[in-house]
Amino acid sequence: MAHILLRDRDIPDIWQFDTYVANGGYDGLKKAVQDHVPAEVIQIVLESNLRGRGGAGFPAGRKWSFIPQDAERKYVVVNADESEPGTFKDRQLLEKNPHQVIEGAMIAAYAIQATAVYIYCRGEFWDLAHALEERIDEARRANLVGDNVLGSGWSCDIHVHLGAGAYICGEESALLNSLQGLLGQPRVRPPFPAQKGGGLYYEPTVVNNVETLANVPWILVNGAEAYKEIGTPQSPGPKIFCVSGHVEKPGNYELPLGATFRELIFDHAGGIPNGKQLKGILPSGASGPVLPATDDVLDSPMTYETVAELGSTLGSASFILMDEDTDMVWAAAKMIHFFKHESCGKCTPCREGTYWLERIYDRILRGEGTPRDLELLESVPNQMQGLTLCALGEFAANPVLSTVKHFRDEYERYVGISPASQPTDVPEVAEPVAAV
Amino acid sequence: MLVEKYADRIDKIFAKYQDKRSAMMDLLHLAQEEYGWLSEDSLREVAALCDVDPTQAHSIAGFYTMYSEKPKGTYWFQVCTDLPCALRGADDFYRQLCEYLGVGEHGGTTGDGLFTVEPVMCLAACDKAPMMQCNFHYHENLDLETVKALVDKLRAEAAQDQKAASE
Repeated sequence: MAHILLRDRDIPDIWQFDTYVANGGYDGLKKAVQDHVPAEVIQIVLESNLRGRGGAGFPAGRKWSFIPQDAERKYVVVNADESEPGTFKDRQLLEKNPHQVIEGAMIAAYAIQATAVYIYCRGEFWDLAHALEERIDEARRANLVGDNVLGSGWSCDIHVHLGAGAYICGEESALLNSLQGLLGQPRVRPPFPAQKGGGLYYEPTVVNNVETLANVPWILVNGAEAYKEIGTPQSPGPKIFCVSGHVEKPGNYELPLGATFRELIFDHAGGIPNGKQLKGILPSGASGPVLPATDDVLDSPMTYETVAELGSTLGSASFILMDEDTDMVWAAAKMIHFFKHESCGKCTPCREGTYWLERIYDRILRGEGTPRDLELLESVPNQMQGLTLCALGEFAANPVLSTVKHFRDEYERYVGISPASQPTDVPEVAEPVAAV
Repeated sequence: MLVEKYADRIDKIFAKYQDKRSAMMDLLHLAQEEYGWLSEDSLREVAALCDVDPTQAHSIAGFYTMYSEKPKGTYWFQVCTDLPCALRGADDFYRQLCEYLGVGEHGGTTGDGLFTVEPVMCLAACDKAPMMQCNFHYHENLDLETVKALVDKLRAEAAQDQKAASE
């Protein structure tokens, strides 16, 4: 089947404006603006049950419907701060199929009658962001962006904002602060971004992920019913699955939601190299709990609801795969190092919790851990979860609690509980940044 | 001064936003591009442009990892050593690169000031590990041989630049 999102796989130069238009590009925006009033566009996306692809899975149409119609200024903000370890789909979309993201953002903007769109690119997408500005210029010249869009009387421009290196800015309220030139730290909610007082410049704002918006043009052209025929009733549509780690063919794979883990990992991504067995699966990068690679898991469909039932989250569908030789204590330490580095420092449980967790892991990996450390690895995360303004503190607890739960024997070997000898080949953990 | 050299670019940056403060990140990027790093003077310059206290510019420069308040090498290598890359050999690659450049196993800057090597957090290129950015441009599917070739090329480029500057 032809790709809906990764269309560059079928049409390599779809990034070019003329190629995109020749292949039905901007038909969705034209249809929205010329055939529908804004409320109808929201209704169509609501009926499609398109769920946010950034991680939370919140229905996009509902997000749009929360925007008060009478607000004078309203914004659409595209979250392109893709920074979750294991996630590299938005980068491909923005590089290889950028007009589809621009089109989706403009449809969202029309639906809420936004006054401006901001695309927040992580700073490391430096080259990509500058190329994106050229693509937006092309759309502007064709009257698809900017003043009096397609003669409708509605005007809305798109601006690109570059971050400067901070995972936390993928969290929507931190992202809004960062756009305003403030520290990228989360805001207290309510008010939520869609409400007056909660969004960009404290005006009602829709924040959507790149991939979410890339689904929208197809929905407008083909209708909500056709969209729901892809995937499952609760998780409709195509999804980009990022596969990395111990796998034969790492990369992005576009499959309908509801395909099984096994199909993704073995049929599409070629399975595990060197004849090794798959041991652990992180289905949502570093921020979701690890799943042991049992047959039950492998035969499960990948949907928001089933992955939750398995005890993890689908998140942004960033599958990090680990083979039988992977030291799960080391893997958890890597993730904790990440969260400690990326904690913004605003909430004490996250700032202090990640700091102490990193120290405990360093101690354990040096072979100096004790059974007491294993107890701490269960109690410290419990004092972070539910006690922070944003989900980072929540996420940071996941690799610890889930690896202790599923791979406890590996920890026990390190801290000397298990009769088996300690692992002899202790992998080194990268030191924190040397000179910043 | 940025404001004299880049008047048009600065106008365009301000035109994107509702207030001056929002332009700070773009202007810090511009200052770093111009001066190579963010000195006290350049932070004051950006703060004045945005109508904020210099402390505010300091706090932003300190919060985000791409801004540097110390000089870096001409070529700033940031190697991802996060879990997905590490599962594909990024830690070994990092150590080999540090050893090749003679900067010690945890990274740092070469004696000639040409190269800075540091680990960095996930750069959204996990399928092309080991990988790094050099001055924020992507270099992917690396091994010691390919990165040695890159280092040699950059050394030659720098030597040529220096020769051109002295002529």
